[in-house]
Amino acid sequence: MSQHLDEALSGAATANPKTPFILKLVRFREFAILLALVLVFVGTSLKNTSFASTSSIQGLLSGPAVIILIAVGETLVIITRNVDLTVGSVVGLSAYLVGDVYVHYPHTPVLVALLVGIAVGAACGLVTGTIVAYARVPSLAVTLGLLYIIRGLDAVIVNAVQINATSLPAGFIGVGANNFIGIPIMMWIAIIVVAVVGYAMRNFRATREMYAIGSNPEAALLAGIPVQRRIFSAFVVSGALAGLAGALWLAEFATVGSTAGTGYELDAVAAAVVGGVAIFGGSGTILGAALGALFLNTINQALVAGGVSSFWDQAVAGLLLVLAIALDRYLVVRSERILRVEGRDRGRH
Amino acid sequence: MSEGFIDGAADAARDSLDTPKPLLVVEHAKKSFGAVHALNDVSIELFRGEAHALLGENGAGKSTLVKIFAGVHQPDSGSIFLDGVRVQLSSPAAARDAGVSVIYQEPTLFPDLTVAENIFMGRQPLRSGRRINRSEMTKLTKDAFDRLGVTIDPSRAARGLSVADQQIVEIAKSISFNAQVIIMDEPTAALTEVEVARLFDVVKTLRAQGAAIMYVSHRLSEVFDICQRVTILRDGAFVKTALIGETNIDDVIRSMVGRDVVAAQSAGGGTDGANVLEVERLTREGIFTDISFNVRAGEIVALAGLVGAGRTEVARGIFGIDRIDAGTVKIDGKKLKSGSPVAAMNAGIGFVPEDRRQQGLVMEMAIDRNVALASLRGLSHLGFIRKSSERKMAFDWSARLRLKYGRLSNTVMTLSGGNQQKVVLAKWLAREPRLLIIDEPTRGIDIGTKAEVHRLLTELVKQGVAVLMISSEMPEVLQISDRILVLCEGRLIDEFSREEANETSIMRAATGLARTSAA
Repeated sequence: MSQHLDEALSGAATANPKTPFILKLVRFREFAILLALVLVFVGTSLKNTSFASTSSIQGLLSGPAVIILIAVGETLVIITRNVDLTVGSVVGLSAYLVGDVYVHYPHTPVLVALLVGIAVGAACGLVTGTIVAYARVPSLAVTLGLLYIIRGLDAVIVNAVQINATSLPAGFIGVGANNFIGIPIMMWIAIIVVAVVGYAMRNFRATREMYAIGSNPEAALLAGIPVQRRIFSAFVVSGALAGLAGALWLAEFATVGSTAGTGYELDAVAAAVVGGVAIFGGSGTILGAALGALFLNTINQALVAGGVSSFWDQAVAGLLLVLAIALDRYLVVRSERILRVEGRDRGRH
Repeated sequence: MSEGFIDGAADAARDSLDTPKPLLVVEHAKKSFGAVHALNDVSIELFRGEAHALLGENGAGKSTLVKIFAGVHQPDSGSIFLDGVRVQLSSPAAARDAGVSVIYQEPTLFPDLTVAENIFMGRQPLRSGRRINRSEMTKLTKDAFDRLGVTIDPSRAARGLSVADQQIVEIAKSISFNAQVIIMDEPTAALTEVEVARLFDVVKTLRAQGAAIMYVSHRLSEVFDICQRVTILRDGAFVKTALIGETNIDDVIRSMVGRDVVAAQSAGGGTDGANVLEVERLTREGIFTDISFNVRAGEIVALAGLVGAGRTEVARGIFGIDRIDAGTVKIDGKKLKSGSPVAAMNAGIGFVPEDRRQQGLVMEMAIDRNVALASLRGLSHLGFIRKSSERKMAFDWSARLRLKYGRLSNTVMTLSGGNQQKVVLAKWLAREPRLLIIDEPTRGIDIGTKAEVHRLLTELVKQGVAVLMISSEMPEVLQISDRILVLCEGRLIDEFSREEANETSIMRAATGLARTSAA
């Protein structure tokens, strides 16, 4: 009987205004990541003084901009209880097509180049969203398939012709290389996106409805929420942000082949989940996902600075992911048990 | 608690009863699912300011009627009038817009969102730029709670709210929609006494504000506390509507039970066999508490009770599917390892679940393979299953159970419901169990096959098998059980021998009424 959990959770009624500490912890996930981030940074700096140098900090800040953007879009999708595995491939396709625009039209303004990236990504999201939301095929299967299809498309278009820095104007490369008030321009873009999407996720009906869909899909239908349209939108936004990330990827690396962005979809999911976005939807914040991306990148850099092999980087990221999911699960089971016992005791009065 | 009957709200109800203008009317509603007539010509009128009880046994059609009000089902024929205007409640949204609101026993909230968001999802108050006005939403939520006279923090998450508070949130949602008709489906089933008292206060408040309440409940004493009228259904048909003051509990139970009392048949088993199953103080926190009983070789013991009383859960606990928190299960005097269906099977327990499609059969698999599924160890040789012995076993059992099939290699899906049930039975009987637990053995199968299943069970006990049967069908319980245990809200509340049991006594126990006051 599925209501056991609800029944079990019963005890926490208004009669007991003191929420157990264990339940409060969930709400401060962003704070916890920030704390861990600082600890990793300080700890590594103490061991390796060059880690705290300006150039290193810039590396820490510019590196994750692309992953942050993807993770923001991925968060929207996960919140609706779906997953978007196409984003890595979309980054690759968008990066190459933006480069191709510069090959043919060298004087394209930077803003237009970024818009091209966004448009390419949004088009991919449109396809994914249509299949998932309206044809009701599970997103895991759809996006896994499209991951390969888009990557294959990319390979066909690239056809062994790489684009390199000579084709790209200095203004565009500057987006990836230059700073503004000490922070890379790429990172500013990521910060603005996080701020705007983060604000939107809290303040509009449509975005709150995405949370509702992920929290309880049947209740969402009963509440008259346009479930399909919302899921569709989440995929389009996710695609568009991956497209933007692809354009920035090109600006950062200034050269692009057919493997750009490979595996980024998993980095994005990991960032979101480590950042407190529930893998089964319904809860999590944009800020949390962004901090998750920053955190994973900082650990990566810290291990490099500590002279640890890159194998351990992957292992640590994986460990954090498992820990994050285990923590969520533990909190649910734990609170279920606490509340079940409380509910029973109260019932005996 | 009956002072509610003489307060102002009740007077208002009386007044409106005198004026012949019902708020919501259902006339001659019929609804069938396949060959089953869930509702057959049911009519009901709800007035402003009244709490109207809807009563009936399991399967009487209450849920179907509730779902028609909720816009989930549409009647095959019949009409619905709201304030004298004919309406179509074609979807949950349409019902909501018409002002009809259903509070389910298990509310459907968004656990991750705040209480206020749950109430206003999709219609949050807005400020400039179409942004959600959170402070206004919190204030409106507080207002709704004030009107109901309760305090719940609007900005806390819905996760962790008690079922009682979840219902209050649903009720607050209803009144924020200006719902005129509020239907409560078994609202008190999961509530403590304090919470029930608070719900009753809310019901009174709603009545005073002119709402019509339809109150579906198994708890007759509650109905007599807070309702003004009662409508009784039986087997999908309308029995009667009466003023609460002009009826009494025994009368209501008689109307609910209705049929001629079925004479108990000899089950053939005695009650002097050795104990096969001994259950001592079995408890699963919040689900069932302190359940002790035994089943002897050669007897059929029935677990009776209303839906949600915890019967299936007790069976699952014994078989080790669900974890138990306290208590022991012994088979032939030996303690059974808890939480292990494998240990239960090895000890000689067979378990035929309630939902055979989901839990008892692999629908896409052939008949013979389904039969053999629980006995694979005995059939395998060096780790491989011998197809020939699988077939032979299936053939033997099909003959013994008089299974009607095309070929044994056909999938189970091709069989009728009754024959599917026989396959599940064969699967467990092939293991020659000491104890057979069988949940709703004849649900959804035709009368002929039903009789055969009954014959089979009585034959089994003659061979010394112990049978623990869960059934919601009273005639079945009375017909083939040697003893009847009645569960009510997770507790073993009474035990009847075959001689003392009748539909009325069991129904009284199942609805939580003391036996001593029985007629």
